[in-house]
Amino acid sequence: MTATETRTWETVIGLEVHCELSTASKLFCGCPNEFGDEPNTNICPVCLGLPGSLPVLNERAVEYALRVAVALHLRVPEQSIFSRKNYFYPDMPKNYQTSQYDEPITIDGWLEVDGVRLGITRAHLEEDTGKSLHVGGEGRIHNADHSLVDYNRAGVPLLEIVSEPDIRSAEQAKRYVEELRATLLAVGVSDVKMEEGSLRIDANVSIRAPGATEFGTRAEIKNLNSLRSLVRAVEYETRRQSELIEAGERVVQETRHWDEDGGRTISGRSKEEAHDYRYFPEPDLVPVAPTDEMRERVRTSMPELPAARRARLTDAWDIKDEDARVLVGVPGLADYAEQAVAALTAGTPRDVANWVRQDVLGYLNERGLAPAVLAPEMLAELVALVTDATISRGQAKDVLAESMAEAKWPREIVKDRGLAQVSDVDALTAVVDAVLVAASATVDQYRASTDDKDRQKKRGFLMGQLMRELKGKGNAQVLKNLLDDRLD
Amino acid sequence: MTDSALSIAADVRAGRRRARDVLEEHLAQIDARESDVHAFNLVLADEARGRADDIDAAVARGDNPGPLAGVPIALKDNLCTRGIPTTCSSQILAGWKPPNDATVVQRLHAAGSVTVGKTNLDEFAMGSSTENSAFGPTRNPHDLSRVPGGSSGGSAAAVAARFASIALGSDTGGSVRQPASLCGVVGVKPTYGAVSRYGLIAFASSLDQIGPFAASVADAALLLEVIGGHDPLDSTSIAAPAPPLLDQLENGVEGLRVGIVEELTDSEGIQPDVKAAVVAAAEALTAAGAKTEQVSVPSTMYGLSAYYLIAPAEASSNLARYDGVRYGLRVEGVDISDMNAKTRDAGFGPEVKRRIMLGTYALSAGYYDAYYGQAQRVRTLIIRDFQRAYEQFDVLLSPTAPTVAFELGAKTADPLTMYLNDICTIPSNLAGHAAMSVPFGTALALDAPSGAPALPIGVQVLAPANGEPVMFRVARAIEQAAPRGGAE
Repeated sequence: MTATETRTWETVIGLEVHCELSTASKLFCGCPNEFGDEPNTNICPVCLGLPGSLPVLNERAVEYALRVAVALHLRVPEQSIFSRKNYFYPDMPKNYQTSQYDEPITIDGWLEVDGVRLGITRAHLEEDTGKSLHVGGEGRIHNADHSLVDYNRAGVPLLEIVSEPDIRSAEQAKRYVEELRATLLAVGVSDVKMEEGSLRIDANVSIRAPGATEFGTRAEIKNLNSLRSLVRAVEYETRRQSELIEAGERVVQETRHWDEDGGRTISGRSKEEAHDYRYFPEPDLVPVAPTDEMRERVRTSMPELPAARRARLTDAWDIKDEDARVLVGVPGLADYAEQAVAALTAGTPRDVANWVRQDVLGYLNERGLAPAVLAPEMLAELVALVTDATISRGQAKDVLAESMAEAKWPREIVKDRGLAQVSDVDALTAVVDAVLVAASATVDQYRASTDDKDRQKKRGFLMGQLMRELKGKGNAQVLKNLLDDRLD
Repeated sequence: MTDSALSIAADVRAGRRRARDVLEEHLAQIDARESDVHAFNLVLADEARGRADDIDAAVARGDNPGPLAGVPIALKDNLCTRGIPTTCSSQILAGWKPPNDATVVQRLHAAGSVTVGKTNLDEFAMGSSTENSAFGPTRNPHDLSRVPGGSSGGSAAAVAARFASIALGSDTGGSVRQPASLCGVVGVKPTYGAVSRYGLIAFASSLDQIGPFAASVADAALLLEVIGGHDPLDSTSIAAPAPPLLDQLENGVEGLRVGIVEELTDSEGIQPDVKAAVVAAAEALTAAGAKTEQVSVPSTMYGLSAYYLIAPAEASSNLARYDGVRYGLRVEGVDISDMNAKTRDAGFGPEVKRRIMLGTYALSAGYYDAYYGQAQRVRTLIIRDFQRAYEQFDVLLSPTAPTVAFELGAKTADPLTMYLNDICTIPSNLAGHAAMSVPFGTALALDAPSGAPALPIGVQVLAPANGEPVMFRVARAIEQAAPRGGAE
């Protein structure tokens, strides 16, 4: 399979993103919406679908859906209805899922990603299912001895966001999800953690000849647990489909499962194909008609969205787009940076941004921590110490590392470790003069030399002597200026 | 009436009678005849005694136990009773104990009633004779070789045989009114949403309503006042308290406009004596000052077909939850699908299976529009026809059931002949309107051998949504004019 063969095809991708809403209770009952609790402790007759139980809609979930609608430029028709999606599976207590089908709560929106508007067909509300645990058979359903079901998650509100098939590459798919995630986070409706399942992605992938207007047959890819999986799966699927077509075969419309270890998609068992869900309007619920009051409240309480925040920071802090993207893209990082900037006594926001982008982010990633564990005021203090030349940049890196790890104030660390560099010009002048006298031979050689390289070496030697004398605490810039002054 | 619920409650509250004595009278009736009638799946003699003693103790303390103080009541076994088996007369729920009471059961408890037992029904409320029960049929107390009607046959028989003073059933296509007619008692289907469905094990969600059985119109009104009114746990429940009914009951029918529904009263299958009873009831109303006329409500002829698509469709979804996973019967299998299939095969009776298959088919891809969709459109036509009729009339009249009670086994060979029992009752369920059956005379069955007892006839009063007050007034007037020496 060579690269040239894949270049003749255009990849067409549509993404279905399921986002768990962070409401306090479930979509149709008052059970807590919590991740990680003991199995089957957040359940009641309604979310267990016990005989005689009936659903009651959580208004907060409707409000969250409306917030997302504003952020993704989706229309909210006057009313929407719930429908039953009927199929049998043990993690679904009623063996139907209460979802939305032909009258969803929001439609016709878009998300701008790297300057391109990607269409969003709809976003609708539905209840989540429980979780199965297969015991024996290495945790997979094949060869399992038995399965356990935890219904804590059953009934948790989901917002399913369906994109138009506007995405044209694996990278763009990744960027779409990143931007969507950042938007959902900014709007405060979900903690969008793929690793906890509060953000799930299914990808519909097809290929066609460049310039074609018709869509090719698509395959739906499930089990994408990370952005990396998404990218790899889309790339694999593109290759697989192009190979098929080039061999004269057809792509089958089916659901395929992404196999992370094997790096490939596997066809789903035939039972999963062509489900007839027998959708019909949910008779136990009435149509949802958001009031003008709710619509207005949502509209006027919208927070700053990622695109707007990036623009503001790029502008106000004079930083690069790429840096703004990283700051806004990592949950909590831009908040941390802005708080540090607010606490600055000396130095620029740009300085803060650079430290955050490099050292702070590196530290957090290494340990898998969230920015909320750090005190932004400490970073502000560090920047001030560097700005007023109390410590050098090199020293600051170490100080920051210790500050983050030990939650200690930089000033304290500098004091404890005796790191404060000497910047006083008079003090340094005295040392410079003394060293130049002691190394007068080198000084004469320097002055006599015409070879640049030689001069550099001699300078380096002198600087080394100075640093040794000052035990490394000389302000390099001041020393340089003094040397320049004395030597030339 | 000496033993009306109204008089029992008044006497118990006043200390003139003890609840325990009232109960023992009814338990004696059960002892005498229950083995013949089989109205109950479960008699709760000990629990009832304890409860009656509590009521008496409350009265002795000077407390008011409520409007149903000490009144013995029977509950259809599809109403959830906490900690007490609730089976829907199905093997699949044999022995299942709900963790909560249905809302109506809570309201009854707060009103001071005494539950004597859970009554037999057609399995999952699907039937018109109580012959579809997995625990054997109930027999008509007036003639043990005949059916009591269904699906709430047990509750109707319990009131007719004085096992209880009042009872609750559920009415989806006539399942309170038709057995009331066949057993010679009063049976009411309230406006859809007037009584909470929370805790009623669902058959067809957009049609089901819980309804009272009683020996008199006044007792039925009392019971409906107690159980009706908004319930936040039922999203389809009307957002208003239960309307008062007793205080207008005796206001008479002067000036009211009464329409006799041609298509139902003149229908081919209607027994001549039954039609004669409707005519006689209309004449009695005229004599009492009402204006009666014929009226055509043409779409009622299509009600049966629409119902037998909509109800099974909703049932196929509502009954999907019975899969052996969480509660009820489980028949082990090699995997989940096998277990589901074996459990449902063993747990459901033939009529339930028939309707699940019919309903699944009506919703399936390619057929939805022709069947379920079409049936819903017919439903709209029926509503519109009724609206037109109610522009000219305050209430309508028709037979409740086409004939008096038929023999056990007479209509079980062909399901369609059984379904025809519902032609007069179904339109009110489809429209969501109120309707009730009032006993009016007796007649011999057409196939009756010589010397056979005469059997009760019921006349149906129909009213628009929330028309209970005028409906009950008309029913009271009919009751006052009913031939004496009728069904006792």
